[in-house]
Amino acid sequence: MSADLGPVGHAVGGRRRWNPSLLVGGFIVALIAVVALVSFVWTPYDATLVDPAGRLASPSWTHWLGTDKFGRDILSQLMVGSRTTLFVGLVAVGVAAVIGVPLGIFAAMTRRWSSELVMRANDLLLAFPALLLAIMFGAVFGASTTTAMVAIGIATIPSFVRVIRSGGMQVMRTEYVLAARAAGRRPFPIAIRHVLPNVVSLITVQASVSFAIAVLAEAALSFLGYGTPPPTPSWGRMLQESQEFLFSAPRLAVFPGLAIAVAVLGFNLLGDGLRDHFDPKLEDRR
Amino acid sequence: MSSQADRQTSVPVDAVDVVSPADAEASEAAPAVLTVRGLTISVRDLELVSDVDLSVGPGERVGLIGESGSGKSLTALGILGLLPEDVTAAGSVRLSGIDHDLIGAGERRLSRVRGNHLAMVFQEPMTALNPTMRIADQVAEAMLVHRTQSNRRTARAAAVELLDRVQLTGIARAYPHQLSGGQRQRVVLAIALANDPALLICDEPTTALDVTVQAMVLDLILRGVTARDSALLFITHDLAVVATICQRVLVMYGGRVVESGPVREVFTNPRHRYTEGLLAASDLEAADSGPVGTSEPVRRRLPTIQGTVPAAGHFPDGCVFRTRCPHATEVCAERPPWTGDQTRGFACHHPAGADDV
Repeated sequence: MSADLGPVGHAVGGRRRWNPSLLVGGFIVALIAVVALVSFVWTPYDATLVDPAGRLASPSWTHWLGTDKFGRDILSQLMVGSRTTLFVGLVAVGVAAVIGVPLGIFAAMTRRWSSELVMRANDLLLAFPALLLAIMFGAVFGASTTTAMVAIGIATIPSFVRVIRSGGMQVMRTEYVLAARAAGRRPFPIAIRHVLPNVVSLITVQASVSFAIAVLAEAALSFLGYGTPPPTPSWGRMLQESQEFLFSAPRLAVFPGLAIAVAVLGFNLLGDGLRDHFDPKLEDRR
Repeated sequence: MSSQADRQTSVPVDAVDVVSPADAEASEAAPAVLTVRGLTISVRDLELVSDVDLSVGPGERVGLIGESGSGKSLTALGILGLLPEDVTAAGSVRLSGIDHDLIGAGERRLSRVRGNHLAMVFQEPMTALNPTMRIADQVAEAMLVHRTQSNRRTARAAAVELLDRVQLTGIARAYPHQLSGGQRQRVVLAIALANDPALLICDEPTTALDVTVQAMVLDLILRGVTARDSALLFITHDLAVVATICQRVLVMYGGRVVESGPVREVFTNPRHRYTEGLLAASDLEAADSGPVGTSEPVRRRLPTIQGTVPAAGHFPDGCVFRTRCPHATEVCAERPPWTGDQTRGFACHHPAGADDV
């Protein structure tokens, strides 16, 4: 009984332990971010500098990762390309979250018919393949990084709506929402103060997974020629340009491919780690 | 909150309760804080709560007892207008100082009443708090919603004081998961009492708690309502708790109020056969005292009410208890009329105690 009366002591301000996914994922994402930032001020060479004499050079001390068919430095291209990757991911996920999260919460909180309306419209969008949408956008508005990321963002909305709606519905069924209503809270404050904070972990996970998907989609679009146009370096286009040298110079495909894979892995790990780290409900279980 | 200031501190229970809602509005004397008339709650065609009448006077503590599925909690949710989407309520729920019926009122008007004039403590303290908000913020929010405190800083200070009052000091910045069940329930209580409600509804507030903590929470509830002169509607299936803290009791079975009256009278002289069975089933003293002089201590079995509670919607017509009642006769197929008045009454064709006369 005395323990019940006293302050909670150690529990207050107790730190949550770090977990490996968060560490590794955070490290990878931070590395990509740092590389992208560094590329603004310094790259070994100008990433767009064409050097016909030094084309298809193997890795060496002068060109750490070698050069491509135009003699451009691969490392410099990868560094500048990470900017495109991060930018596309951020904007695409941002578009998806800013539209998808409110819609999901709305669908979770409203009465049946309006919720159904949102979800059926959502299904309609979901039925549309992301790449097809992006290619369509590219055909209409012209292939560019902006079109690609907006299209990827729009195509990612449905997954946000679904995840947030189901999470939101769970939150709406909890006693603290009932208690909040019993305390006279109106729906909008309940959405902001009770539903949103309790689906943050879902948003984080969904954002990181979507980020990974967006990175892949951007690469695919650039590969297909509907993404970032030349000469701006992009991992996807580097991969595409390496095709003809797949046997003679496989490193041209390996380096950007590795960059894409590591970035996708990093964002996925970060998402998992964040979910475990920030969710106070999970703390007791560890 | 002027209505509360005007309220008399000790009003004789009987005097309050016989006042009909019509009189209540007219008379200055002491209108019931809560007046429920003919509250019927149903899912589509299924009646879960039928024709419940109840009133709670200012500062009065009323118990609502009955077993699981008797409609106690639904009645509470119906009063607050918090029924699930497909569950509908009919009848009338009036609160003194509120100029409209709570049944059928829009969310906007209801949310002004909830947490302000009318507050509720729920059964499950583990889930009744938002896991992502510090507890002082949750208490402060209750006051900010109804503008009882004008700004965040004063609200926080008031919240800390309220938490103090329920013997929770130094944990204002804690998150709910850092607290025990008893501590959380006290936070919930602090939230419910934050705006000095005219009526506090407690839905089995101690059922999920450890027995030792129960007594403390009950004590805090009692002290809280007494200090504020709030009325209390206490829902439970624990007869001992009702006997301890309530002045009047209503017994529910099958979605109906089958008996009501002052606690002492109902518990010592039950009239409805269900109440009689319920009390017999909890008479541990009688069960423990075997015949004296035998070599082995013979223990009597605790009498039980035969059968089980029918599923919702499968209660018999007429008297809802007749399928389980040892005294049921053909006349029980007719719905028994209410005998007595609002203060003391029952609905039974063969009331206990009548045979002895």
